[in-house]
Amino acid sequence: MKSSVITFPGSNCDRDMDVALKKFGFKNKMVWHADTELPKSDLVVLPGGFSYGDYLRCGSMASKSKIMQSIINFANSGGMVMGICNGFQILVETGLVPGVLLRNKYLEFICKNVFVKINDKKNKYFKNVDNEVLEFHIAHNEGNYFCTNDQLKEIEDNNQVAINYCDRNGKVEDQFNPNGSIKNIAGIFNKEKNVLGMMPHPERMIDTSLSGEDGSLFFKNLINNLK
Amino acid sequence: MIVNEQVAVDHGLKKEEYAKICELLKRTPNITELGIFSAMWNEHCSYKSSKLHLKKLPTKGKKVIQGPGENAGVVDIEDNDAIVFKIESHNHPSFIEPYQGAATGVGGIMRDVFTMGARPIANLNSIHFGSPQHKKTKNLLRGVVHGIGGYGNCMGVPTIAGQTKFDSSYNGNILVNAMTLGLVKKDKIFYSKAAGLNKPVIYVGSKTGRDGIHGASMASASFDEKIEEKKPTVQVGDPFTEKLLLEACLELMAGDSIIAIQDMGAAGLTSSSIEMASKGNLGIEINLNKVPCRETKMTPYEIMLSESQERMLIVLENGKEDQAKKIFDKWNLDFAVIGKTTKSKKIELYFDEEKVADIPVNTLVENSPMYDRKWKKAKLPKKNKIKKEDIKHLKIIDVLKKILANPNICSKEWIWQQYDHTVMGDTIQKPGGDAGVVRVHGTDKAVAASVDSSAVYCWAHPLTGGKQVVCESFRNLISVGAKPIAITNCLNFGSPENKENMGEFVECVQGIGEASEYLKFPVVSGNVSFYNQTKDQGIKPTPTIGGIGLIKDYKNMITMDFKEVNNLILVIGKTEGHIDQSLFARTILDEKNGPPPEVNLFNEKNNGETLLKLIENNLIKSAHDVSLGGIITAVAKMCIKGKKGISIKKPKYLINDIEYLFAEDQGRYIIEINKIDFKKVADILNKNAVHFDELGTINENELYINDKTKVTIDELSTSNKSWLTKYMSK
Repeated sequence: MKSSVITFPGSNCDRDMDVALKKFGFKNKMVWHADTELPKSDLVVLPGGFSYGDYLRCGSMASKSKIMQSIINFANSGGMVMGICNGFQILVETGLVPGVLLRNKYLEFICKNVFVKINDKKNKYFKNVDNEVLEFHIAHNEGNYFCTNDQLKEIEDNNQVAINYCDRNGKVEDQFNPNGSIKNIAGIFNKEKNVLGMMPHPERMIDTSLSGEDGSLFFKNLINNLK
Repeated sequence: MIVNEQVAVDHGLKKEEYAKICELLKRTPNITELGIFSAMWNEHCSYKSSKLHLKKLPTKGKKVIQGPGENAGVVDIEDNDAIVFKIESHNHPSFIEPYQGAATGVGGIMRDVFTMGARPIANLNSIHFGSPQHKKTKNLLRGVVHGIGGYGNCMGVPTIAGQTKFDSSYNGNILVNAMTLGLVKKDKIFYSKAAGLNKPVIYVGSKTGRDGIHGASMASASFDEKIEEKKPTVQVGDPFTEKLLLEACLELMAGDSIIAIQDMGAAGLTSSSIEMASKGNLGIEINLNKVPCRETKMTPYEIMLSESQERMLIVLENGKEDQAKKIFDKWNLDFAVIGKTTKSKKIELYFDEEKVADIPVNTLVENSPMYDRKWKKAKLPKKNKIKKEDIKHLKIIDVLKKILANPNICSKEWIWQQYDHTVMGDTIQKPGGDAGVVRVHGTDKAVAASVDSSAVYCWAHPLTGGKQVVCESFRNLISVGAKPIAITNCLNFGSPENKENMGEFVECVQGIGEASEYLKFPVVSGNVSFYNQTKDQGIKPTPTIGGIGLIKDYKNMITMDFKEVNNLILVIGKTEGHIDQSLFARTILDEKNGPPPEVNLFNEKNNGETLLKLIENNLIKSAHDVSLGGIITAVAKMCIKGKKGISIKKPKYLINDIEYLFAEDQGRYIIEINKIDFKKVADILNKNAVHFDELGTINENELYINDKTKVTIDELSTSNKSWLTKYMSK
């Protein structure tokens, strides 16, 4: 399986994603934001970090990068595109997934482990994951997912919510919402479910010595689903 | 502008220093030259009051590749890997403008590290604030934490450990000390020594603006009521540009075109160019019209003294300019050939085709002032006798709860949750433990790092305090299973012109020197921050020690959380019941006098090394050093972290329960072992003549003392975790 990780100026989880993808069997290529052509890929990842310092709205500058047009075309033709953290913010800015990401409710950066409940398994990202709940890791300042009521209705009607913040037993309640996201939304698909944007970093959970191992579960499953 | 004695004094120079400048130049300097002298000769850059004493620190060792004098220290961690590390203060700017002050402190120290070719792999910080009740404290704390996070998070370097302390002596002068560790291949370390004639001098990074002019001079003066006026001297950080600069520099460093490289930190272009010339025994000629400027009509004086951030100066091999420029173009960074190396041994500056400065390099560096300041030796205070009636009514559990909620002990999760501590995917011990630990990427090795200070002990007796801080760093590294390698120090003191403050400095440095010599824990880098005082009121002497150690196989790392019910808990090291200057004495008895606990270097070394032996033999399940708050505080934290309880039985000693549990005697650790290993552990401890007590066994979820009193761990956890969150949300 071939993957591509895009490096924008200011990306800082690009290496971590490269390490994770390779660990679970992807042949990964790093792709520079100013390139125009996307290498042949089964999966494209927009990594976390602070593209262009996020001095404008997070992800807005990166969403206009040269490489993005190829990625949008790739996504529109059914290609798998995953945006993590800043990558999610970039996806939102391109319109590939609906909604926006606001500053965290308490106006502070949060770095910690969270639990997320898988809301939909009829997609290549979470199909065949045995668990209902995964322990992931978040590290962000603007992860407060928001959309209009009409958008929300459409998202829910199409089952586009990928994961929700919850407790270890899968209870989705306000007290387990780290950043104020509407309906505890931690990740969301496009309608066709080939594009996934999520705040948590599965690439930081690929080793028992790190924060945990549910990221390993996610990547192992992902590569199998793509085969 | 005409330069005279008054202008020089306004630049922070003393009258006799100005006279010396005129004598060295054999003429009156022009304003640009005066600015350059004032920047190079201020305390921050010249170390004029401290040099004499810093020379006495042990800086050599088998693992030391580079000691003080470069951008950062470098130590060997085997297999051609080396760690570059340093700590630096950004106290004055952080008090004036906490967000930018702290942010640029973090940015500056990272630049010091990657200037040497190392990729930063971990950040740490030590921050000290005034009393929580002081009106400025909360906003300063919030600003500093946001600033540290804002910069470090954006750079994608994990903040893996730190400490936050409160004491009213910092009401008017907070301390922000930032430390960075970088990883480099031993054969790819870059230095700041220029070499060769007519080599191009290159400016890269951000454009130069008017920010930070005289920042270093500001950091060399005391505060007064006009402090707010100094805001313009605080630099503004741009972590995004620094991230680009980091990647661009590392890309250029992968080749062989760099002769020397130096970041523009304090005193900007002035100190960077002069340092490179001085180390290479060369001259440098710069055309200031070529310096990329952010603002129009900047004068030579402003260009030379600007402390705009995210800039580097490079001496390149001839003919490599285009190749280098391509890299910086790719990263959208300024790149300009601004001058060349010369044989003149002078700094020669040109602007609008006119020579605007012409100064022999040695007058700025070797001939800079050095003072043997007057200092006063501190006496060891008399011991207090604790009266039985003062402690008779105290309930241990209540005291423990109070201590766990004390601002200097309580959980700092509110702070470190705002720092990205997991980026780079190698953080195997997060903040909140004895030391932060990161793996050396792609290997089995890991590096542990800790920052420590004990201002209260240093204030009570500087010599003992100086020793103690080094020992504490040593213990924190050992507690996670790391073999201590070397330290960096950040020496925060009041005015060197005050003989009490100077005495504190001299004796703390002596203590640091003695301990690091004995423990073979050399000082490889550091910085001095004097004038941490408002009007005549200086801070408590606060040397901060940043220590690093190596874990050969990261799977053998130790954490402090209790692991398993029925495991046995031992205290390593003798408890004499030293209560003076302890948190117990200061907060419960309100007794601020008396000597700090004695430091016995033999015991420190022996106890620490023996614990490392136990760890190597896989006999240790968890470990934690005993420091502030004594045995019971250490044990309570291990319970909270592991969500387990403990049944404590005080060994039969002459001292009472309170003394045993709250004393802050040095050289002690708490360890958890499996019961079946007791004999093996006892044998090793006995063979090495290490004193130990059997303290108790682990239970499900309660802390019992002598079967009489108990408390649930949940209750202790609440005491420990709620203070800071509540304080910040009020």
